[in-house]
Amino acid sequence: MMMYRSLFPRDVFAELDRLQREIQQGVDFSPSIRGVGRGGFPAMNIGGTAKSVEIYAFAPGVDPASLDVQIEKGVLTVSGERKLDAVPEKAAVHIDERFAGRFRRVVSLPEDVDAGSVQAKYRDGVLHISIARKAAAQPRRIVIQ
Amino acid sequence: MSENVTTKQADATRKDAAMLPPVDVIEDANGITLYADLPGIPKDRLSLHVEADTLTIEGDVVLDVPEGMEASHAEVSLPRYRRAFTLSKELDADKVEAQFDRGVLKLRIPKAAHAQPRKVEIKVM
Repeated sequence: MMMYRSLFPRDVFAELDRLQREIQQGVDFSPSIRGVGRGGFPAMNIGGTAKSVEIYAFAPGVDPASLDVQIEKGVLTVSGERKLDAVPEKAAVHIDERFAGRFRRVVSLPEDVDAGSVQAKYRDGVLHISIARKAAAQPRRIVIQ
Repeated sequence: MSENVTTKQADATRKDAAMLPPVDVIEDANGITLYADLPGIPKDRLSLHVEADTLTIEGDVVLDVPEGMEASHAEVSLPRYRRAFTLSKELDADKVEAQFDRGVLKLRIPKAAHAQPRKVEIKVM
């Protein structure tokens, strides 16, 4: 990053935001063309082992029946709807930060996943999807004759 | 109980980093309802406590992570949520009711009896 002093001081928050984005871009190890948006609902964590790809979608308070997980052409889509309790009449809303409504998030999967071997569990408001990698892609010990 | 309180104070003084859960706060005539999104916290790892006029919601995220997993992307990057609220005097902190289901905490904090709305009768002379 080039350091320079600007003539007009910029908004410090915008500057911090930009800095954070740059740092994040340097950290994410596989930037995808679809990216993985920040601040969407549900928030997502993604990880992997030699045998599987693990996706965690933080979707609290969702009726599991409304959750839909699909894998098509190497892309995982998580969608659903979150309904919040109705605000009673004559009530005042002081803070309103929680997401409500339909949601959909898309993640590009590595090429070696086996779309036929997927497990999805919803517990404590977290949807955990585990997708096995194809056996051929797993590290194997080669016997030397 | 007292031991529990001491542990919590020690935790608070450590000032360990935590995420701020999103909340909704709705007030009606009889009290306040607070909803907080706390995904990934099992029921036994959620703690609620009221000290003086401060209500603190705190909990640890526990995920089922296979051995040897390497994270490639994390939007939930800290293992803990914490948020504190100052309660106003008319709220009855002793009568807080809590429900925790699928990562959503619902708290009902009633107004003290003396603060409940009363209809004043107007005598027509």
